[in-house]
Amino acid sequence: MTFLSYLISGISLGSIYAIIALGYTMVYGIAKMLNFAHGDVIMVGGYMSFMATTHFGWSPFSSVLFAMGVCTVLGILIEQLAYKPLRSAPSLAVLITAIGVSYFLQNAALLIWTPNPKSFSSVVPFDSLRLFDGQLIISGTTIVTIVACAIIIVTLNTIVNKTKIGKAMRAVSEDKDVAQLMGISVNKTISVTFAIGSALAAVAGVLLCSAYPILMPTTGAMPGIKAFTAAVFGGIGSIPGAFLGGILLGIIEILGKAYISTQLSDAIVFAVLIIILLVKPTGLLGKKVLVKV
Amino acid sequence: MLKVNSIHVFYGNIHAIKDVSFYVNEGEIVTLIGANGAGKSTILKTISGLIRPAVGTIEFLGESIVNLSPHKIVRKRLAHCPEGRRLFLQMSVKENLEMGAYTRDENDIEADMADVYQRFPILEERRNQLAASLSGGEQQMLAMGRAMMAKPSLLMLDEPSMGLAPILVEQIFDLIVELNEAGTTILLVEQNAQMALSIADRGYVLETGSIVTTGSCADLLNDERLKKAYLGG
Repeated sequence: MTFLSYLISGISLGSIYAIIALGYTMVYGIAKMLNFAHGDVIMVGGYMSFMATTHFGWSPFSSVLFAMGVCTVLGILIEQLAYKPLRSAPSLAVLITAIGVSYFLQNAALLIWTPNPKSFSSVVPFDSLRLFDGQLIISGTTIVTIVACAIIIVTLNTIVNKTKIGKAMRAVSEDKDVAQLMGISVNKTISVTFAIGSALAAVAGVLLCSAYPILMPTTGAMPGIKAFTAAVFGGIGSIPGAFLGGILLGIIEILGKAYISTQLSDAIVFAVLIIILLVKPTGLLGKKVLVKV
Repeated sequence: MLKVNSIHVFYGNIHAIKDVSFYVNEGEIVTLIGANGAGKSTILKTISGLIRPAVGTIEFLGESIVNLSPHKIVRKRLAHCPEGRRLFLQMSVKENLEMGAYTRDENDIEADMADVYQRFPILEERRNQLAASLSGGEQQMLAMGRAMMAKPSLLMLDEPSMGLAPILVEQIFDLIVELNEAGTTILLVEQNAQMALSIADRGYVLETGSIVTTGSCADLLNDERLKKAYLGG
């Protein structure tokens, strides 16, 4: 029964990683860049929800919508101001810019919200679920996190596979030049991708802070890196890959903490990543494109 | 319809296109022929906006398009079917056709899709398969189908016969003629000069980035020098 409870916490943590990883993987797939500021957008999402509930007295649900709105705008702004001017620059320049944006967001948060941790109260109003005569207790936050992740995956899959903008995103991801020859605006498509990724980051931020209720300017950094690992683990650029990578990473982390060592859990996570990449360099679901002549 | 005026294109330090001018009238099939590396594809990419010329003007239907982004140029119904097919391999056959019609209203494309399927029944059979799973010939059919879905008034085709079996080359060229008869103006880039000149109205011969000869196809086919260089005679 303890194993089951660890497994459920793992899936829940993994769901948060998966939601963040989706943002990384979509931006990578379409703009071919690693947006290292993505983790810090999570933090901004957390603060927005915190401010909405504690300062404005809004309901938890509207605080999530508020956080999503602000992060969407923030994501688009970051893309327009920092990345768009570098569209044809070498990828190293873009990478360094992304790290710069990450530091900028963290330090701006330090200025605005001070380094003192805020204690975040969960946005989830439900009670814990008690199963098997109280032997298995699943918190409301855990359930909401897993359900939210499932809904996001299904929605995103529908968007990407069924809608016109989703198909345009896949086309840009595969061949930017030819996508333009079809009449697709690459800039618009990249903006939409950043908007979606940042809105998801806000959701992840709120869920993360609901589960681990300490909010600081560096709150997003570590989960951001873990989620990036998850995206690479699953095959960067692949949406199902980000989902699978996120969930697996969460499970490995929690089981590692529970059965091996709390201190070593991060090392175990990254060791698994290294092994997977040695065996399958494209990640679990990464694609190898065959070109016919 | 299309007027290219003394364009120069550079790739870094390489002067790839030197003072190239030509025009295409409405209803014509015009072909650019020349050896590998003569700059044929570069010219098409410059017209469709993927590359900017350093100097020179490009007019389409009386309007300058030289500073427009590629996705805006397509909306003027000037389509470019690039070299090497360049399909979206991770998308299905049907989705590739839909991408071809990206600039158009989704409700108007059913009939055109049916038309493509009627012409290439194999594509209908495989409409839900990934483009990557098609054979080379089927991929070329799909590339042509995708170009047709754009309903362009001027269609630029880059090496549509490349790597195809002779029977398929025949079929693709028949299709080009049919499209032209149905009102699409064609700018055709080909290495297969014989084939291209046999269907075109006029031709331009390119050598290392410059136009060296031009004329009606009948004249070009009889040009002694050309015969030696490109026509295997």
